[in-house]
Amino acid sequence: MEAVSPIVNFTSLQKSYGDGPLVLDDINLAVAPGDFISLIGPSGCGKSTVLKLVSGLSPWTKGGLTVAGVKPREARDRQAFIFQDATLLPWLTAQHNVELPLRLRGVPPGERTAKARQMLALVGLDEVRDYYPRQLSGGMKMRVSIARALTLAPELLLLDEPFGALDEMTRNRLNEELLALREKSPFTAMFVTHSVSEAVFLSNRIVVMAAHPGRIHAEVRVEFSYPRRPELRMRAEFQAKVNEVSGLLHEVEVPVRA
Amino acid sequence: MKKLFPVYIWLLPLASGGLFVALWYGIRAFSGLQSWILPTPWEIMEAAARERSHLSVAAGHTALGALGGFLLAAAFGFLTSLLLGISRVLRAGFYPWLLVLQMTPVIVLTPIIMLWAGPGLPGIITITWLISYFPIVANMTQGMLSTDMNHVALFRMCNASRRQEMLLLRLPSAMPYFLAGLGIAATLAPIGAIFGEYMVGNSAGDSGGLGFLVYSYNTQIKIPELFATAIASCLLGFIFVAAVAGLNWAVLHKWHDSYERDDH
Repeated sequence: MEAVSPIVNFTSLQKSYGDGPLVLDDINLAVAPGDFISLIGPSGCGKSTVLKLVSGLSPWTKGGLTVAGVKPREARDRQAFIFQDATLLPWLTAQHNVELPLRLRGVPPGERTAKARQMLALVGLDEVRDYYPRQLSGGMKMRVSIARALTLAPELLLLDEPFGALDEMTRNRLNEELLALREKSPFTAMFVTHSVSEAVFLSNRIVVMAAHPGRIHAEVRVEFSYPRRPELRMRAEFQAKVNEVSGLLHEVEVPVRA
Repeated sequence: MKKLFPVYIWLLPLASGGLFVALWYGIRAFSGLQSWILPTPWEIMEAAARERSHLSVAAGHTALGALGGFLLAAAFGFLTSLLLGISRVLRAGFYPWLLVLQMTPVIVLTPIIMLWAGPGLPGIITITWLISYFPIVANMTQGMLSTDMNHVALFRMCNASRRQEMLLLRLPSAMPYFLAGLGIAATLAPIGAIFGEYMVGNSAGDSGGLGFLVYSYNTQIKIPELFATAIASCLLGFIFVAAVAGLNWAVLHKWHDSYERDDH
């Protein structure tokens, strides 16, 4: 492993709700700065729970977890969360939604306006700055959500199936944009997804999880160098990687009983 | 759903209204009922014109009582819901008692209210307030508790303070509910005021409202005048509801889904 200290470090972590069954068992995972880690697995494998633990929204039962060397809650300033739906406040314009994290931090109005404009321009939405969320398409909402998450230049970005509800073309576009944004302001990412090809395109590491209890089944390294071009998806090596991950996923998939 | 041409939106209610009036005249003609039992629409209009100064003065009094009670209910309803939304302890402790208050018919309390608040405007405002208060509290409290959990998580992730969470998240997301409560209260406030006047307006000197007119016309068996009073009450109620609908539009039309148009 690298000599750099991990930004997220799970050591033999267990989680259950009350006396209920284990949700997560024996999670050992060290996320190095600069990693783009995808978590993939059948539903019920606890991959979203992993993100909730890192963000300090949910406690664990046994074992250890540190973010940037401290407790998750204390490291909130270093991270941002992107939810499955865009979770924009419907009564605020795109601009004001992006400003929200700055506002909650007490950044003065002039400064946050400028910063939010810059972020919206970066995701290509300066034209619809004054639109309300209901006037935006699904893809646009998600872009606003990404801009909002990146306004505070987080070291760690947690993404919980952010593009799951979008059509494939929009999803591919946003995958490319996300990587382009990462070139401009580097962040470490933990990305929950159901899509194997999305995971392969984005990540340098893919963690395949199994369910009941949620645990790590295997890890796959994806060695393609960044920046990655859309053409990567056409290459045979890419397809081979997709097949490899799909195979691992198949091993942990509960057989369907008709 | 297929849309109606705008002209039909005006034409169809006018047509059904015309049909209703025709039916009214028909019943009057064939039943042989007398004018003082079933006056014709025209006789009602005549009564309304004859009594217009009485009716408008009375409507003014009623509007005052209704507005006073409505505003008190809105202010106290807002504050109550805010407190119930903030504190689980307050909610558990007080909400059941609010339900008890709601279950108690105000008509039973009227003599007591009159005893305490005094006859005339203070008593009428108190009755109106009691009647309009609960729908506001019930709706807005529901709104305070219906905040999207992902939004709450977002605020927590940004280390937002309780105050920020209240002002920037819970209150705005409760606004549509508060306005829905105001909408119900707007229909109840004039009814409350008229009811109050009917019960006590006669003891408040010569300045009775519409409720007092109901009492007075009723004792004189002035049936067309009673119908005219009903029309005046209806107009007053319409003004209240329209005002709240306007407020609702002003607050929500830019962002709320209920004002979603198909043109984008």
